[in-house]
Amino acid sequence: MTDQGPVAERPLLEVAGLETHFPIRKGLLRRQAGTVRAVDGVSFSIPRGQTLGLVGESGCGKTTVGRSLLRLVEPTGGSVRFAETLVRDQPSRGLRALRRRMQIVFQDPYGSLNPRMKVRAILDEGLVIHGMGDRAARHERMVAALERTGLAAAALDRYPHEFSGGQRQRIAIARAVVLEPEFLVLDEPVSALDVSIQAQVINLLTELKTELGLTYLFISHDLSVVEYLADAVAVMYLGQIVEAAAAEQLYRQPLHPYTMALFSAVPSVEKSRRRQRIVLSGDVPSPSRPPAGCRFHPRCPLAETACREVDPPQVDLAGHRVHCHVAERELTRHGGDAAAASAAVQAAVNAATTDLSRPSSDV
Amino acid sequence: MATFLLRRFLLGLITLAVITLIVYGLARSMPGNPLTVQLGESDPSRKLNPADQQRMLEIYGLDKPWPVGYLQWLSRVAQGDLGRSITRKQPVTQLIGERVGPTVLISGTALVLTWLLAIPLGLYASARGGHADERVIGIALYVLYSFPAFVAALFLQVIFAVWLQGTRWELPLFGMTDLPSDASWPARSLDIARHAILPVICQTYVSLAYSSRFIKANLEEVVRQDFIRTARAKGAGPWRVLIRHAFRNTLIPLVTLLGLSLPALVGGSVIIEQIFTWPGMGRLFFESIRERDYPTIMGLTFMFSLLTLAGQLLADVLYSLVDPRVSVD
Repeated sequence: MTDQGPVAERPLLEVAGLETHFPIRKGLLRRQAGTVRAVDGVSFSIPRGQTLGLVGESGCGKTTVGRSLLRLVEPTGGSVRFAETLVRDQPSRGLRALRRRMQIVFQDPYGSLNPRMKVRAILDEGLVIHGMGDRAARHERMVAALERTGLAAAALDRYPHEFSGGQRQRIAIARAVVLEPEFLVLDEPVSALDVSIQAQVINLLTELKTELGLTYLFISHDLSVVEYLADAVAVMYLGQIVEAAAAEQLYRQPLHPYTMALFSAVPSVEKSRRRQRIVLSGDVPSPSRPPAGCRFHPRCPLAETACREVDPPQVDLAGHRVHCHVAERELTRHGGDAAAASAAVQAAVNAATTDLSRPSSDV
Repeated sequence: MATFLLRRFLLGLITLAVITLIVYGLARSMPGNPLTVQLGESDPSRKLNPADQQRMLEIYGLDKPWPVGYLQWLSRVAQGDLGRSITRKQPVTQLIGERVGPTVLISGTALVLTWLLAIPLGLYASARGGHADERVIGIALYVLYSFPAFVAALFLQVIFAVWLQGTRWELPLFGMTDLPSDASWPARSLDIARHAILPVICQTYVSLAYSSRFIKANLEEVVRQDFIRTARAKGAGPWRVLIRHAFRNTLIPLVTLLGLSLPALVGGSVIIEQIFTWPGMGRLFFESIRERDYPTIMGLTFMFSLLTLAGQLLADVLYSLVDPRVSVD
């Protein structure tokens, strides 16, 4: 994320301590009975023209992060700076202007397009709202956006239900890029598509990024897709980022046991890349009652006493950020050598999960 | 489209035949007949002798078992003849023609009022979902919904016809007009309008409560969907999202509800018309049952069934207009 020249341009998007908590209301008087900490102190930044991959299990809050950036859900804390604008401080008028520049593509192309509107109306509405040209100019923008995404202009006069899933996702992408945004949140944009279609849409997204100079936040649970697309990757667990690094660095030398568990779940055809399968026990705890200490400790094969009580420290090793007691110790032991520390943690995890005489997580 | 309509038409004919058969059977199986009801109310000293009674039953075709009577009725209907009322000595169609106007005046006004109020109320409630004002409205509507119209009618009568008697807010207690039929038409219209106010209120408020909650529930269902988020991401404001994206997607259930209210439009409310002695269809139905006036009962049943079926057909055809994904073929 920060491996750029010394006179680095300020990142296009900077997120610091982002929190999105939802109240749980109960009873007749709808009193607040608790809080779901969907996003609980997330920080990252994305330089212009780059892609940050945000990965994690379902329910970890990655989708909420994406929506909070655009204030499709209201964050309850932290700050989001986009270009020169503080997103959370914007009144509704400023927010509207911002929404042209920050767009989103949702996971499900069957749900995200209004079934009652023709493609023309779907694409045109944003252009009208943001006053982007007269009728003829808007038509040209729409045709251009459709052609960019690989659809014919004839699509304009048809309804979403007349298209296949892949085509619908192309429409959803065209709808976003027609507004000429600078930043795009891609919320699992290929997860709902057939595998054969996924590659096409991913290629389309890569092309668009270079052609239009876009910056992406790519949210996914599919690590192979993220590896292909992302410049940097952040791993989320239960509302927090547990590890973040440049993509190559993270994939080569992961430091967090959770990241390792995620990687071990990725099927690979290359023998050299096969890892020992780390099966985590138990389910993700409820974000309304997150565990004390390290949030991952109830499922972590390396959990120690400190992990159960003390919040893990953040270690930042030249842009490779990790929140883990064990990783911190290994890094210190190996004098900040990430490769050695990664190998040591990996070995410990492997040992802890193959040793069948001892349960992997005795909480 | 043509095959769809033909199929629905044939299905409708069968449905009509089954409904009318059941109603005819039930009506004829009720104790008493038009003669005994009339005789019971007349002077006991002028009793009809059994021979005359038998003769009259034969005249009306009531001497044969009811399945035969039903077939006779059915064959006449097939020729476009709904028969004559036994007790009122008038063709049934003429009788309905006289009564349908007053009923449509009340229920039509109530229907239009209901939807004019329910749609903005439902939109508002859904836009303000969870806020204090919305919850007050919600509770008020539930109270109204569970408050029977006939009780409300009595309260309104007491307030407007008794307590406010002599003030400018006084409203007539019952009836459709106090003026003779030769009064000038503006005076007559005004008088009828004043008589209609209370029955219209009684018929509006229950369906208003129901419809606006129905709209709100449907909107809340739609608002959770992804395309609403898409609309917001485009920069659409809250009202634009609510009306152009959410409301348009709730039109299907609304059209169903509207289609189903078509028969009520002409059928009127038996209770309200009875309380306000409003000369409409509901009262006619009630009276014809009390008088065992089989031709009128059957004429009204036939008409209501026809309208119910037509309303459903209309709703199905309208679906394809409001939703591009629905095709009636």
